Amino acid sequence: MNAPVNVDPRAHAWSLPLDKIDVSDPQLYYDDAWQPYFERLRREDPVHYTPESPYGPYWAVTKYRDIVQVEVNHKVFSSSDEVGGIMIQDAPKGMERTSFIRMDPPEHDEQRREVSGTVNPITLAKMESLIRDRTNMVLDGLPRGEPFNWVDRVSIELTSMMLATLFDYPIDQKARLIRWSDTFICDINAPDAPVRSEEARFAEQMKFAEHMNEIWEERAKQPKSFDVISIMAHGEATSRMTLRQRMGILILFLVGGNDTTRNSMSGGVWGLSQFPDQFRKLRENPELVTSAVSEIVRWQTPVIHMRRTALADAEIGGKPIKAGDKVVVWYISGNRDEDAIEHANEFIVDRRRPREHMSFGFGIHRCLGNRLAELQLRILWEEVLRRDLRIEVLDKPVYAYSNFLHAIRSLPVRIG
Amino acid sequence: MPRVTYIEFNGTVHDVDVPIGLSVMRGAVDNNVPGIDADCGGECACATCHVYVDAAWLDKTGLPVPGSQEASMLSFAAVAQPDSRLSCQIKMREELDGLVVRMPEGQH
Repeated sequence: MNAPVNVDPRAHAWSLPLDKIDVSDPQLYYDDAWQPYFERLRREDPVHYTPESPYGPYWAVTKYRDIVQVEVNHKVFSSSDEVGGIMIQDAPKGMERTSFIRMDPPEHDEQRREVSGTVNPITLAKMESLIRDRTNMVLDGLPRGEPFNWVDRVSIELTSMMLATLFDYPIDQKARLIRWSDTFICDINAPDAPVRSEEARFAEQMKFAEHMNEIWEERAKQPKSFDVISIMAHGEATSRMTLRQRMGILILFLVGGNDTTRNSMSGGVWGLSQFPDQFRKLRENPELVTSAVSEIVRWQTPVIHMRRTALADAEIGGKPIKAGDKVVVWYISGNRDEDAIEHANEFIVDRRRPREHMSFGFGIHRCLGNRLAELQLRILWEEVLRRDLRIEVLDKPVYAYSNFLHAIRSLPVRIG
Repeated sequence: MPRVTYIEFNGTVHDVDVPIGLSVMRGAVDNNVPGIDADCGGECACATCHVYVDAAWLDKTGLPVPGSQEASMLSFAAVAQPDSRLSCQIKMREELDGLVVRMPEGQH
């Protein structure tokens, strides 16, 4: 559906024949031009059938309530890699990286229960001071009076340290984790993709798995510790996993813990810069930080879509779905749905019900690390506000070429 | 109007009148009782309105039906117990006047 260059996306979105609208085009997210296409679909065809796309035919579910209904109905709408997985692009055959996010019950339940304690609020309370110390270190080290990339200096720095802690991985090698994560989740057609084929990606995934497996085996011999690898090495269901299964679950933690919060850390700076009166309100009322964090996560919507596959005939928003159909729920659109969220296109730091957004998904696959994400973001903003940092955004963000991760590659800023 | 007693994890007690037909979750959220997040707004889709029902009230509130969405969501909650419920799934009715629920250490 590639939008012609130099054409106003709003005019294009509203003039295109409806059946030509294909929101899977990664260019829409790279160009930050997705908004009017979803606005039109929500209004004219909220459960939209796209007969032709590079990923085959699919249903686009764009309204908040319809998305919730798909997500809670996991018996009909499957996440399993065996029928295609969780991304609009089918999991590559023979090269899947199956983990509980790509499974249905009962296998999903067994794995998820085993690891959920690693990031529950009780465990996280013990990490708060460590995260705060690191946040202080990063903020105190920022250049003053000269431009720098917020993504590199703050977002990646903080989330990669967190990832190293979760894995108890050497912190001085944290850049390796980032490179792996970027490789595993990138769109292979992106201009800056670190791999250009699924085969190349799979080879990297296996290298990662073998490297981490040595650590896993080592930790299996040691007493159980606090980190994710140790917990899995000692877990009832997880300790018996094959190398491929270990690869799947480690990649889930790697990507889930990295390329999501990173983008909320950047997206918050961008969002607040676009609504300066809201930034002022937050500075004057720092107790709003918890509410502002939820708003940042909604505003950014770090995961653009999730895909399900219908296992039986069903209906969504009055449209007949056939067994085998690919059903894609677009969180990025649900979070802008005015019927569910008042003034959804505005960034408001003191919303009445700020937690009611869909960035973490709903149902049994709801984001496991959501509390960790909120904790890191809350501490970051508490420390920014305590220092009264005046962050001046110098240019628009550069977004990733991806229809899955709403990722910000660079955001040039200056601090006075 | 029936009354619900919410007890925070730290022991703070909140007595709230909750209209018949409203959920126990909504009674807490609408009256700013801390400890219940209710991220999904009552769709039984997030498990962040988790409470423990006082033993004296379990007969009246009942437990989640095995295999139900509520049971499934609760099985992933932090520190779930045999007396755990999602408070969005308990609707107020006259016979629940006096209901006592306790909040867990954290919602997840």
